[in-house]
Amino acid sequence: MELSGGHILVQCLKDEGVEFVFGYPGGSVLHIYDAIFHQDEVKHILVRHEQAAAHAADAYARATGKPGVVLVTSGPGATNAVTGIATAYMDSIPMVIISGQVPSPVIGSDAFQEVDTVGITRPCVKHNFLVKDVNDLAETMKKAFYVATTGRPGPVLVDVPKDITDPNIKVPYKYPKKVVMRSYNPVVTGHKGQIKRAVEMLLTAQRPIIYSGGGVILGEGHKELTELTQMLGYPITNTLMGLGGYPATDKQFVGMLGMHGTYEANMAMHESDVILAVGARFDDRVTGKLAEFCPYAKIIHIDVDPASISKTVKVDVPIVGEVKPVLEQMIELIKDSKIKPSKTSLESWWQLIQSWRDVHCLEYDRNSKVIKPQYVVEQLYQVTHGEAYVTSDVGQHQMYAAQYYHFDKPRRWINSGGLGTMGFGLPAAIGVKLAFPEANVACITGEASIQMCIQELSTALQYNAPVKIINLNNRYMGMVRQWQEFSYESRYSQSYMDTIPDFVKLAEAYGHVGMLIEKPEDVRGALEHAFALKDRTVFLDFITDRTENVYPMIEAGKGHHDMKLRVAPGTPVDRELS
Amino acid sequence: MRHIISILIENEAGALSRVAGLFSARGYNIESLTVAPTEDPSLSRMTLVTSGSDEIIEQITKQLNKLIDVVKLIDLAESAHIERELMLVKIKTSHDTREEVKRMVDIFRGKIIDVTANSYVVEMTGQSSKLDAFIHGFEEGSIIEVVRSGPTGISRGEKGLHL
Ligand SMILES: Cc1cc2nc3c(=O)[nH]c(=O)nc-3n(C[C@H](O)[C@H](O)[C@H](O)COP(=O)(O)OP(=O)(O)OC[C@H]3O[C@@H](n4cnc5c(N)ncnc54)[C@H](O)[C@@H]3O)c2cc1C
Ligand SMILES: Cc1ncc(C[n+]2csc(CCOP(=O)(O)OP(=O)(O)O)c2C)c(N)n1
Ligand SMILES: [Mg+2]
Repeated sequence: MELSGGHILVQCLKDEGVEFVFGYPGGSVLHIYDAIFHQDEVKHILVRHEQAAAHAADAYARATGKPGVVLVTSGPGATNAVTGIATAYMDSIPMVIISGQVPSPVIGSDAFQEVDTVGITRPCVKHNFLVKDVNDLAETMKKAFYVATTGRPGPVLVDVPKDITDPNIKVPYKYPKKVVMRSYNPVVTGHKGQIKRAVEMLLTAQRPIIYSGGGVILGEGHKELTELTQMLGYPITNTLMGLGGYPATDKQFVGMLGMHGTYEANMAMHESDVILAVGARFDDRVTGKLAEFCPYAKIIHIDVDPASISKTVKVDVPIVGEVKPVLEQMIELIKDSKIKPSKTSLESWWQLIQSWRDVHCLEYDRNSKVIKPQYVVEQLYQVTHGEAYVTSDVGQHQMYAAQYYHFDKPRRWINSGGLGTMGFGLPAAIGVKLAFPEANVACITGEASIQMCIQELSTALQYNAPVKIINLNNRYMGMVRQWQEFSYESRYSQSYMDTIPDFVKLAEAYGHVGMLIEKPEDVRGALEHAFALKDRTVFLDFITDRTENVYPMIEAGKGHHDMKLRVAPGTPVDRELS
Repeated sequence: MRHIISILIENEAGALSRVAGLFSARGYNIESLTVAPTEDPSLSRMTLVTSGSDEIIEQITKQLNKLIDVVKLIDLAESAHIERELMLVKIKTSHDTREEVKRMVDIFRGKIIDVTANSYVVEMTGQSSKLDAFIHGFEEGSIIEVVRSGPTGISRGEKGLHL
């Protein structure tokens, strides 16, 4: 089969089994768009801003486990996509970005819409390619998908000069079944001896805890993680990225850890003697002050990326490998082992944990006359039976979502953790809804974040992707305001906006349903009504308490045991506990 | 501590910038860097001198290994190895100093490879410390120009860094 470069690209996507391409046209990709026009197997989703193309593709990948695909033009198309690419990179999301480039002969001449896309994206992709010959195109695409989806996943960009897709130049096409790259061989199984050591350490622990992260979701290790945890009867905590990797409603789950983690999770980490870290990268939001991090613990760390191991915290038993096979091996060893966890130590450990749970760190004022953001999330959880896909933006609302929506399944919680990108939530919700048209998809957002990609309301209409936007409208950049309250004597510098749009009218202008909810007693009904409108995008503008803060909080430079707690009326909070 | 990292890397446009970019983005220091293709033209050999605590060097080697274009690498400083650097020095000469300069070059086993009425160009290889010593042997003002390649290195014994 002889094809031109444009058709080759589209054919590669078909052969790769790609359902959706999220993109935006422009001069240097017109040949490719013409090839797209000639078929309908690969569906193109026209966004309203290239950043959103990357976020939607990224969220599609997070929800399905399949790589997301993005197509943008050279110059501004590529630079607009960079925020989205960096977002995916920081959270290790598999994605392939095809960017147009000016024709090869004029590269380097400051041609119209030329930027050094390979150079600009280099620090925020797993790898990138500049295609120099149309004969290399199919193999390069195969490599891109292979690199993006294996090992520690990540975005891979393929920069395609316009002459490469020239419709008049046709070359034989064959999509390679497989590629071998001598310089890229990700590790899969872990070192047997290390795994054995880890199991012994785990079984002889007195105060063990399992700390799991995004790697469990990315590596499809949730079943094995759940089995291992329940076999051992140990407490487990998840990072923000790891939520859903272990059922949040299970009694062994002690909540999220880190800056806005639960009191019990952070205290248990602090007091533990053995930590099993699984697919988590000891991020600074998780560890707090490094010098005070888990002073009594020996640490076992499973990660596919050797560079994640002992990067910030020195570990005692490193295991380089994929979570799934490594956990399987551990489960076998535990089954066969003569050593059993000590019942008495475990009992007293759980008693101690119960005393921390009794602090009820997530309690808030339920009699408030104004809508509490936590209440909205709790009601959302009930109305959707805990089964919705929840995307979020960045800020306080993101933390409330993580704390009060209890994810029992992986790939349901879709948020930007590593880069913390405001504007992520709405395009992400669209990407998820396209992947699962029958599912409930909610975007928990704030009045500042939502305005960063609000134009995607138009995309949601065009492609019939009805999502529910839960706007926790506190008329502040709440997360910024909270830091200013705590660290800058409440000097709220530039953290509020005077002219917030009428979101109801805005939603209507885009062809959707808008709802304004101002009283706590209306929250439940509004949510039920919105989700009953199955085929409509609904913008729910909840006017929430302006002064509410996210608790618990470990302030910058503090250790896990040094948490700021909320004093809510009627709750037995004893501040001296810390 | 000083480390000398020897890297086999795909000989592709952009490969060098990936390595250089990694160092600047992560704030690692590069004292010197040399690159050239190997006997297999699809591969380049890069020698990079850096320094840092053991933890930093561990991260540097892990991060380098993570680059898709990097095929293999070793830290030469971990075992017995040989290091050499090439230097070209242009030295001012006059009727009175010529003999003295030539004597110095001989002591250091260098070669004079260009001569004018008022200058010599000297070629010298050796360990970096030897090249330093040679330069320090001259009075201020007598050296016109120094060009150094930065060290390259190879491990001792039969083992080699190859595919
Ligand atoms: C406002 C805000 C507040 C935040 N507060 C918190 C907080 O309180 N608590 C918190 O936890 N986070 C918080 N975060 C998120 C934080 O910034 C990090 O993104 C997050 O902690 C990282 O999660 P992780 O360790 O699970 O790593 P991820 O970024 O999910 O990385 C996954 C790790 O798993 C590895 N991996 C990938 N695939 C596999 C596989 N198949 N097998 C084995 N290993 C694999 C990767 O190499 C990597 O090391 C916050 C973010 C924001 C924006
Ligand atoms: C693109 C971008 N710019 C700036 C920030 C810094 N930032 C983090 S949270 C936040 C405020 C978010 O406000 P809002 O969306 O209203 O959420 P709230 O905290 O009020 O719930 C800001 C500005 C960011 N994360 N992303
Ligand atoms: Mg806000």
